[in-house]
Amino acid sequence: MGAARVKVELPSPLRVLAELHSAELELAVPPPVTLNAVLDALEAAHPRLANTLRDPSSGQRRPFIRFYAHQEDLSHIPQDAPLPPAVASGDEPLLIIGAIAGGA
Amino acid sequence: MSGVRVLAGTHKGAFVLTSDGRRKNWKIAGPFFAGWPVYHMKGSPADPRRIYASPTSDWFGQQVQRSDDGGKTWTQVNNKFVYDGETGTHQWYDGKPHPWEFKRVWHLEPHPANPDVVYAGVEDAALFRSDDGGQNWRELSGLRRHSTGRRWQPGAGGMCLHTILLDPKNPRRIVIAISAAGAFRSDDGGETWTPINRGLYSKYLPDPTAEVGHCVHHVAMHASRPDTLFMQKHWDVMRSDNAGGQWTEVSGNLPTDFGFVIDVHAHQPETVYVVPIKSDVEHYPLDGKLRVWRSRSGGNQWQELKRGLPDRDCYVNVLRDAMAVDQLDDCGIYFGTTGGQVYVSPDGGDHWQAITHDLPKVLSIEVQTLASPRAKRAAPPARKPQPKPKRASARSR
Repeated sequence: MGAARVKVELPSPLRVLAELHSAELELAVPPPVTLNAVLDALEAAHPRLANTLRDPSSGQRRPFIRFYAHQEDLSHIPQDAPLPPAVASGDEPLLIIGAIAGGA
Repeated sequence: MSGVRVLAGTHKGAFVLTSDGRRKNWKIAGPFFAGWPVYHMKGSPADPRRIYASPTSDWFGQQVQRSDDGGKTWTQVNNKFVYDGETGTHQWYDGKPHPWEFKRVWHLEPHPANPDVVYAGVEDAALFRSDDGGQNWRELSGLRRHSTGRRWQPGAGGMCLHTILLDPKNPRRIVIAISAAGAFRSDDGGETWTPINRGLYSKYLPDPTAEVGHCVHHVAMHASRPDTLFMQKHWDVMRSDNAGGQWTEVSGNLPTDFGFVIDVHAHQPETVYVVPIKSDVEHYPLDGKLRVWRSRSGGNQWQELKRGLPDRDCYVNVLRDAMAVDQLDDCGIYFGTTGGQVYVSPDGGDHWQAITHDLPKVLSIEVQTLASPRAKRAAPPARKPQPKPKRASARSR
């Protein structure tokens, strides 16, 4: 089974860091398509984003990071659980959000 | 002709300000790392093209960026800071134990001779070192494991290791300061540490003369006289002439001895600069007048410097790492404010001008002197500071 084409939308500070001009990018993600698999693919494609979304010690999502897709909050699902089929198929982007991002 | 490069870390990115030796006309490049708070950036004394920067985010964690072309382009190096072994606990604001958690790098101190060696002072307080230009970081964990570590507590800005002084005459000596644990010294390259807080008096502590717990805001040293240290504590300006073994208050005639920054003239080791701030609640200058005060006697006798600085309606702060001096023959003094202004005095403090009024909140200022200055002026003869009796008045702290 080939890699899935997953769409990911990045918050502005990470686009600055990775020098990306577009919020949305497409990643080749080997199955099963999980949060960890998507983030691994993201960091492999853009090494500057390493450790920005997951704590390097624990591997867990940083506290102020949220994951949304298909009008669902996926922030609290296990990071190795399969993502919804619409995300895995590339029909819906995985939105990576900096929580309370309207602040300082 | 010689020139200077001022490195400004701000709340929304980094800026590089350059001028020739006259320091009158400036070019501003940036923002670099736009939108990211840049707590500190500093150039290598051994290779001025090498600059380290610390963009950091409550959302996305820590970055370490490195430039090898004087700040024109930047490369991300390793951002993995992992405490060595069991982390244990320190005191939280409420006095309860709280686990050590890495939050950010407050200060990057490049080695004076080797551009690939750089130290990082972090929150929660610890000291890291890289020997490969920031590619790998290892904690010098003897500091955090000091027997007093469990009693350290955060200041209002967090439990940050914000000052790193490398003794140019003794490569094994390092002095660091932590808010609010105090100052510490290592004489073996960072393996073991001794608190150097004798003589400090902090009324907000149960024991005001405790071994640790003092809110040290910044410490400065002149390279020619590394045993002499100047400290801006939360309240009180202090001086030590034995590498922190004993401190003496030298606040003298300052209108308020609260403040954050302190620095020493490049060629006159007894000439010291501070920016008095009204109080630990009102973080702005007295009477809305932004002033630098200079002592030419190593403290106690202070002179107000005001030519070119705002005379009214100024309510900014100058944060602990936001003052620096250049090495030009006529030593330049620089500071940045929380209002986004960066000021320079090209004549040791007599006259000031704004390089810019409009940066984001300035978190740190460092300066690189880009060409060899003429031989440094001979320093004036050392004068022993006059001991001053501790004031008996119970000021609000």
